[in-house]
Amino acid sequence: MLEFVSQPWPWYVAGPLIALTMFLLLFFGKNFGVSSTLRTGCAIGGAGKINDFFDFNWKSQIWNLVFVGGMVVGGFIAATWLQQPDPIPLAPDTVQKLQEMGITNPGEEYLPSEIFSWEGLFTLRGFILLVIGGFLVGFGARYAGGCTSGHAISGLSDLQLPSLIAVIGFFIGGLLMTYLFLPLILQL
Amino acid sequence: MKYIRFALIGIFFGIIMTKSQAISWYRIYEMFRFDAFHMYGIIGSAVTLGVIGVALIKKYKLRSTDGTPITFSPKDMSIPRYLFGGTLFGLGWAMTGACPGPMYTLIGGGFSVILVVLASALLGTLAYGMLRKWLPH
Repeated sequence: MLEFVSQPWPWYVAGPLIALTMFLLLFFGKNFGVSSTLRTGCAIGGAGKINDFFDFNWKSQIWNLVFVGGMVVGGFIAATWLQQPDPIPLAPDTVQKLQEMGITNPGEEYLPSEIFSWEGLFTLRGFILLVIGGFLVGFGARYAGGCTSGHAISGLSDLQLPSLIAVIGFFIGGLLMTYLFLPLILQL
Repeated sequence: MKYIRFALIGIFFGIIMTKSQAISWYRIYEMFRFDAFHMYGIIGSAVTLGVIGVALIKKYKLRSTDGTPITFSPKDMSIPRYLFGGTLFGLGWAMTGACPGPMYTLIGGGFSVILVVLASALLGTLAYGMLRKWLPH
């Protein structure tokens, strides 16, 4: 059993289980949306005193903090007991492009270790990708009113046009970064 | 005690995201290059089942476990808000390879440097709150 679930899960297993996650939350009276926990985090940190956007009853959001706390534990469980040693079977074109841009061993780990490590953080390209990238995720998610879970999964499931516009935006930004800026940043 | 169910669903979701490799920077890069079907299969099948399930919830007016009807609140219509916000999010998503959910799961998976990405995302959220009066919505 453990060996069976330790294999990489194909998309047709993962996708339906993500839908199940959303439905479980709906049946417990909640909406699936992760990025709102960042707003809650700011509110708990006292940002409500300086800005009314963060002045709300964050106690109503405790369930979501518990949910993302569970996501941390889930990551630990999967990485500790459900891992298998094979590299991620990336498309050959992706591997070749990454190697051309100086990423060694694409897919061997979940993240390129030359960038996503404490040593990598203190390089210019690592700092840009981690710190500025993280900032844009937080800023953009709240500006758009949601992230992948809130818009791409919950919003599209409800056939919301605003969510479709947001997802189109996700791809405009993602494609600009992937084709235009990322090759430049990786050279730094 | 009433929160334990959400911890369990979170654990379940964290394991799904890890085992499907959706938390991998490489999978997001591959997705934006349209080199593989993997991420499109994940999101596409989740949304397909999501559309069917939400339609059924509405049709049969299903209720949540506490007896209240499950409702969906339509989002306010705007183009600039979702397009500009979405584009900024997409830039960051392709940089970090992680949207907010995977950040939490990666931290649990031992990638402690993602704490910096999460802290930056909190800062970005704070900055949006401070600047939102001046942004087109």
